[in-house]
Order: sequence, then structure tokens, then C-alpha cells
Amino acid sequence: MIDVQALTKDFGNRRAVDNLSFRVEPGEVLGFLGPNGAGKSTTMKMITGFLTPTSGTATINGHDIRTQPVAAKREFGYLPEGAPGYGDMRVLDFLHFCADLRGLEGEQRLARLEQVVADVHLDGVLGQRIDTLSKGFRRRVGLAQAILHDPKVLILDEPTDGLDPNQKHEVRKLINGMAKDKIIVISTHILEEVDAICTRAMIIAKGRLLADDAPQALADRADSGRLDDVFRDITSGGLS
Amino acid sequence: MNPVAVIFRREFAAYFATPLAVVFIVIYLMLAGVFTFYLGNFFERGQADLQSFFAFHPWLYLFLVPAIAMRIWAEERKAGTIELLLTLPVTMAQAVLGKFLAAWAFVALALAGTFPIWLTVNLLGDPDNGIILAAYLGSLLMAGAYLAVSVCVSAATKSQVIAFIIALVLCFAFTLAGFPLVLDAFAAWLPDGVVNAIASLSFLTHFQSLQKGVIDLRDIVFFAAFIAAWLYACALIVDARKAD
Repeated sequence: MIDVQALTKDFGNRRAVDNLSFRVEPGEVLGFLGPNGAGKSTTMKMITGFLTPTSGTATINGHDIRTQPVAAKREFGYLPEGAPGYGDMRVLDFLHFCADLRGLEGEQRLARLEQVVADVHLDGVLGQRIDTLSKGFRRRVGLAQAILHDPKVLILDEPTDGLDPNQKHEVRKLINGMAKDKIIVISTHILEEVDAICTRAMIIAKGRLLADDAPQALADRADSGRLDDVFRDITSGGLS
Repeated sequence: MNPVAVIFRREFAAYFATPLAVVFIVIYLMLAGVFTFYLGNFFERGQADLQSFFAFHPWLYLFLVPAIAMRIWAEERKAGTIELLLTLPVTMAQAVLGKFLAAWAFVALALAGTFPIWLTVNLLGDPDNGIILAAYLGSLLMAGAYLAVSVCVSAATKSQVIAFIIALVLCFAFTLAGFPLVLDAFAAWLPDGVVNAIASLSFLTHFQSLQKGVIDLRDIVFFAAFIAAWLYACALIVDARKAD
């Protein structure tokens, strides 16, 4: 379970995330929606312990990210925004590096490596250096790294950004396939994605939580029954 | 495997993934040779020791160590991989230590590459190899001090060029901290005690006795404490500025 309690982050005078609280239970795929600069990435960075909150905290499967960061970090896999990877490493070396830091060993390690390589279709580029990869492949390497240790919690910041339609479909299929017993949090501004994979959607703007509901229930709030319209209404201050 | 070892291995390998390692080692060895034989008058001195070799190490490190350290955190921040690294289950101390030790090991490798000069002096005469060993140890410790300063500076900026220049200036100040060049800037407005404290941070002074083969515990403790202090500062800076 992810338990986010009154998470707040100030950058100078600007409040990027404002007193955000929510819980996510296993089996849920939570979509973070919001315009650019809404605080989606900042929230994810705080949940994963990269950014220190101004106040509040997040607990991942019982481990507080502020007081037990290493234990909490073992629980999740994280794809940061832009899917960064060490450009000078070959894909396979990079995955081995992550497996080492995750403490994967022996049979299980090999099995997991094989599994993720097959899951995100990396077999053709394993010997290639990461900085020679296309954007789509780089993102897939980032995904592979995030799911490598088969974490109970997955936090993915714009997992399909920059992928072509086929790749998007593949990634969504992958997420759907894993969704059953995991907690998955994704951020996106592609609304169709929410329909396709999320069981719950949260709309955030200016760091505040404006709506939190099942995608269908949210869509029904608009006369047209379309999520786009609800999104526009809420984030431009019409409905909330 | 211990996270420090995992990070160490990745970082050490990273030097060899690009021409950086070869360029660095070749230039280091060339300069070390040129300084020893031309500026240090290795042959003309007619002494079977490596004084003329070690005397130039502070000046070699002054330029070369900031050059290999500048990328260590600056690149990580620029590429965004710092977010990946610090959300993996590692502590800040492990990340800082792993990266520092990898760079230090790399400098040690370059230093080890100077062994032909040791062979040469043993061939030509009958030097005191204990003194030479002590001087090598001192040189490595001093390199660690240069490195700790440079790594810390690298954490403060995304620009490798700025990291290099600031590290160079700081290293220069520490090299000569015991000399009027640096002390005169402070003597006019700081009390004597503080000026003396600054003077005692001088790399050259601490290296001087090690270079002559005198292993004084105070010098060893100085370099070790100096490295630890800068690495601690480095961890604080990385933590404060990682997301900028």
C-alpha cells in the first residue's frame, strides 16, 4: 500500500505540491493526470525519495520514505521522467548493474533478466550502448530496470511518452498484465491511456488534488461523457 | 554484493568506456616523465632517488585530478541518472563513497603506471626503496585529497567546465596554503590563529616529509581527515542540489 500523507513541496515561493494525501491499494492502477507543471512529477519524486518534501511523507508497504528510505526503495520500481540511463553502458551491463543494486542473485537473477528482456523486447539491443538507442528503446530500458526485481509497487512517470503507437500498445499491455496484484502509479497527460489502463484517476493542477475517481465515473461528470471535457473543465477551474 | 562495490565497479568501468582513460593515463605518464627528466634534472642530480619525480606530483594532480573528477556528479545531474541512482536502494554515503573510490583507484592505476622510473633508478643506482614506497603512498594520499575537493565541486554544478575551473582554483589554494601567495590574502584581516590554521592545510607542506620517506602519522591523519571532510560536504551538496 502507498500511503501519502499531507505531502507538500515548495520551490522558493512557489508551492508545487499542496497538501496532497491519498492511498493506493494493491490491484489499483492509478493515473496521475494534470497539465504540465501540475506537480505530477514532483509528487512522484517525493514518493520515491528523490526529493525531500517540505512537509508530509509517504509510506510504501509500511516503510516511511523519509525515515527508512532504503527499505522503502526496495519495495518499488521507478521510471523517472525522461527515462534516464547511463549513456556509456551497454544495455545488458546496465541491467546487470541494476540487478546488483537490487540484490538479485543466482537463478532468480537470470530468470528475471530473461523475463524483462522478453517483456519489453530488448533482445536486439542488449549489446548496444544506451546513448546510441532511439527514444523508444531508451524508455523500454527504463521500464525494464523498473520491473527488474518484480516489485510490488511500480511508479512510472510518463511511461509511454515518445513511443510510437505500436510501442504504446505494447507498454499498456505489459502494464495491464502486471496490474492484478501490484500497485501501479503512472503519470500521463494522454487521456486515452487512462481509459486503457487505469482503474482510478486523479486530476491534479497547481499541486492540488481536484478529482479522484474511476475514469468512467469522472467521464460521466461531463455532459458529453468524455474524459477530455471533464479534464478541461476541472483544470481550467470550471467544475471543481 | 555491497552497494559501494557495485557502484565502484560501474564507475571504474565507465572510465574505460570512453577514450578518457587512455588519454588521461598517457598524458599523465608523459608529463610525469617530462617533468622528472627535464625540470627535475633527474640525471644531472646524480642521486639514486626519485625526489625529482615526486616533487612534481602536486602540480600534475593540480590539473589532472580536477579533469577526471569534473564529470563525476555534474554528468550524473545533467543526464538525470542521479534520479535513477538515488531512487535505487542505496544510501547517499554509499553512492558518494563508491564514486570517490572508483576515481581514486583510477588515479592509483595511473600512478602505478610510473613503475618504469622506479626500475630505472634501481638499475642505475642503489636507492632506498622504503623511501620510494613511502613517497608513492604519500602521493596517492595527496591525490585522494585533490580528488575529494574536485568531486565535491562537481556535485555543486551541472557544468563540467565550471566544475573543472573551480576545482582547479581550490586545489591550487590548498596546494600553496602554507605560502605567502595564499597567506598574504588572509594575513591582513584574519587573526594569526586562523592564518596559521590555513597554512597548516597546505598539501605541499604535508607532502614534503612523505616525499622524503618520513611517514609521519600527522600527515596521514591530515590527508585522511581532509578527504573525509570533503566527502561529507559532497554528500550534503548532492543531497541539497540533486533535483535542481
